[in-house]
Amino acid sequence: MSTTTTTATPAKPKLKTSAMIASFADPGQKTSNAPFGHALVKAAQENDKIVGLTADLGKYTDMHIFAKAFPERFFQMGMAEQLLFGAAAGLAESGLVPFASTYSVFAARRAYDFLCLDAAEPNLNVNIVGGLPGLTTGYGPSHQATEDMAIFRGMPNLTIVDPCDSVDIEQAIPQLAASAGPTYLRLLRGNVPTVLDEYGYTFELGKAKVLRGGSDVVFISSGLMTMRALQAAKALAAHNVEVAVVHTPTIKPFDAETVLKEVNTDRLAVTLENHSVVGGLFETVASAVVTAGVGKRVVPIALPDQFLDAGALPTLHDRYGLAVDRIVAKVLAELG
Amino acid sequence: MPTDTVQDAPQGQTLQGQPLQNAVTPERLEKISAAAYRIRHHALNMGEVQGQGYVGQALGAADMLATVYGDQLRFRAEDPHWEARDRFLLSTGHYAIGHYAALAEAGIVPVEELETYGSDDSRLPMSGMSTYTPGMEISGGSLGHGLTIAVGMALGLRYQGSSARVFNFLSDGELDEGSTWEAAMGAHHHQLGNLTAMVDINALQADGKTDTVLRTEPVTEKWESFGWYTQRVDGNDVGALLAAFDNAAAQAAAVGRPSVILCDTKVGRGVPLLEDREKAHFMRIEENEWQICREQLTAGYEGKASA
Repeated sequence: MSTTTTTATPAKPKLKTSAMIASFADPGQKTSNAPFGHALVKAAQENDKIVGLTADLGKYTDMHIFAKAFPERFFQMGMAEQLLFGAAAGLAESGLVPFASTYSVFAARRAYDFLCLDAAEPNLNVNIVGGLPGLTTGYGPSHQATEDMAIFRGMPNLTIVDPCDSVDIEQAIPQLAASAGPTYLRLLRGNVPTVLDEYGYTFELGKAKVLRGGSDVVFISSGLMTMRALQAAKALAAHNVEVAVVHTPTIKPFDAETVLKEVNTDRLAVTLENHSVVGGLFETVASAVVTAGVGKRVVPIALPDQFLDAGALPTLHDRYGLAVDRIVAKVLAELG
Repeated sequence: MPTDTVQDAPQGQTLQGQPLQNAVTPERLEKISAAAYRIRHHALNMGEVQGQGYVGQALGAADMLATVYGDQLRFRAEDPHWEARDRFLLSTGHYAIGHYAALAEAGIVPVEELETYGSDDSRLPMSGMSTYTPGMEISGGSLGHGLTIAVGMALGLRYQGSSARVFNFLSDGELDEGSTWEAAMGAHHHQLGNLTAMVDINALQADGKTDTVLRTEPVTEKWESFGWYTQRVDGNDVGALLAAFDNAAAQAAAVGRPSVILCDTKVGRGVPLLEDREKAHFMRIEENEWQICREQLTAGYEGKASA
C-alpha cells in the first residue's frame, strides 16, 4: 500500500474587492494619469468661462486637478447632488461653462429632475461628469451605474459620450465645452489606459470611427469595451477570425450612418458595451438597424438586466461577460 | 475658500453703489400699493379667461411681487436680457399668473397679451418657463429647484464681477423639498450676500393646510440656523415689505450672509369673497363671480386709498 499522501490542491485565494475605484487597466498597459483633470485645466486655460464643481467627490473624479489649478473657478457643493446640478444650471445661466462631477449613479438616479428641467430643457451648456460608469467598481448596485445611459438617453437635448481611453477623454473635453447644450461624460479616472493612439484615431463629437477592418465579424463598441474589443479582435485572429472594430463614443446623437454601413454586411455583428443590455448601445444600434429596414441579427455583449454582485472587478468582468476571454468564446460559439 | 469673515456692503450704499432707501415714505407706499392693486386686477382678468386657476395665490403674493418689481429690481423693460439686471427667479411655477401680471406692470410683457394666459401658442403658459416668456429667468414648477439655480447664478455673477442681485421667490410648500435646504446650506457656505430668498407663507399646499401636510414650522428658526439673515413680515403689508427689503438691501454684499424674507400672506387677499372661501390650491370661481371679485378688489383698494 502506498504511503504517499495526496494533498488536496489548495483553493485559489479569492480576489478582494479592493479599492472602489479599482483600475481596469491590464498589468503593464500604457496609461495616462487623470486625463480628465488635466484636459479640463488645459481647456480652462484657453476658455475663461470654464468652471468646475463637484459634490464631495473631487478627488474621486479627477476634479481635484482642476481645483488645484484654478481654486477661484472651482466650487465645492458638498454631498448635495440636487444643488450640484441646479447650481451648475445657474452658473450656465450666468454665462459660464460648468463641468460638474459626481458618480454616475448619483447624477443619473438622484439628480435627474434637476438635470432634465434646469439644464436640458433650457439647453444650457452644463457638462455632467459621471464617475464609475457601468461596471467599474465592485461595490455593488449602490455604486454601479449599469443603467445610466438608459436613464439619460430619454432626456432631450443631452449629448452622451462614452469614452474608451485617455485619448478620447483628452480630445473630448474641449469639444464638450464648445458644444452649446448639456452633455454627459462617462468618466474614466485615475490611471486610464491609452489605447487609441495606435490607431491613427481622433475623437470627433457625434462620429463613430472604424478602428480596424475585418472580413468575418464586426464589433460595434463604446467606452472601455472598445479596448476589450480590440484585444478580442487580436485574440480571434489566432483562430483565423478576422474582426473589424467600430468605436462609437458618442451614444447620443448617434452616428447611425457610419454604424449602419458597417453592420449591413454579411459579417457577424456584435455590440459591446459596459452597460445593461437594456437601453444602451445595443438598443441604440438595434433601433437604427430596424428604422433603416435592415434585416440583420445583432448579438449583444452587455451587462445582464439585473442588479450585479459585489466583488473584485476582474471576477465580475469575467462573470458578466466583459472579459476578453469571454468575448472570444462568445464569438467563436456564434460562428459555430 | 469661504471664510467666516463677512464683508460689509459700503456704508449707506446698495451692492450696486446706489444710496440706500431707509424711509418708507408715503410716495413709496402709494406707488407699490397701486401696483399691487393692478397686479391683482390683471390676475383676476387672466383667471377669468381660464375660468379657474391659481388666482388665490396670485392675490396673496401680489404685494410681494409689486414690492420687488416696483421698488427693488434693476431691469430694463425693453431689454430683458440686459447683463447687469437683477435676477428674479420664480421657483413656484404655478404662480406664473401673478408673475405675468408683475411683468406687465413692469412693462416687460404688454398688458394686452395677458388675456392669452394658458391658451395654445401663448407666451404665457400656466406654469412659468424661461423658454416661453421674456423676463422669466428659469423654468420653475418642479418645486424645490429655484433656490439651487439661484445659488449657481449668484456664484456665477459674483465670480464674473457683477454686482447684480439674485431674488428667488419660493413658497412654503417648497420648504418640504430637501433640495431647498441643500441650497440654503450652499448659499451660506459660499457666503452669497448677493442672494435674497422670498418665501410666500400662505400656509396652503395642494392637499391642504401646510401644518397638516408637512409641518414646516418653526420656519424662522430654521433659516436662522442655516446662517441666513432672516426677517419675517406680514406679506400683505406693503410698508412692512418695503422696510424688510430695505434691510435686505442694506445687508446685501458680494460676500456676506444670504438674506431671506419670510412673508405671511393670505390666499385671495384683497377680494373678501375669495378670502372667506374655503381655501383651495386650485380655486374654483363661478362665471358670475369674476365681476364681483373685481368690484370688491377696487372698492377695497379705493377705500384704503381714501382712508
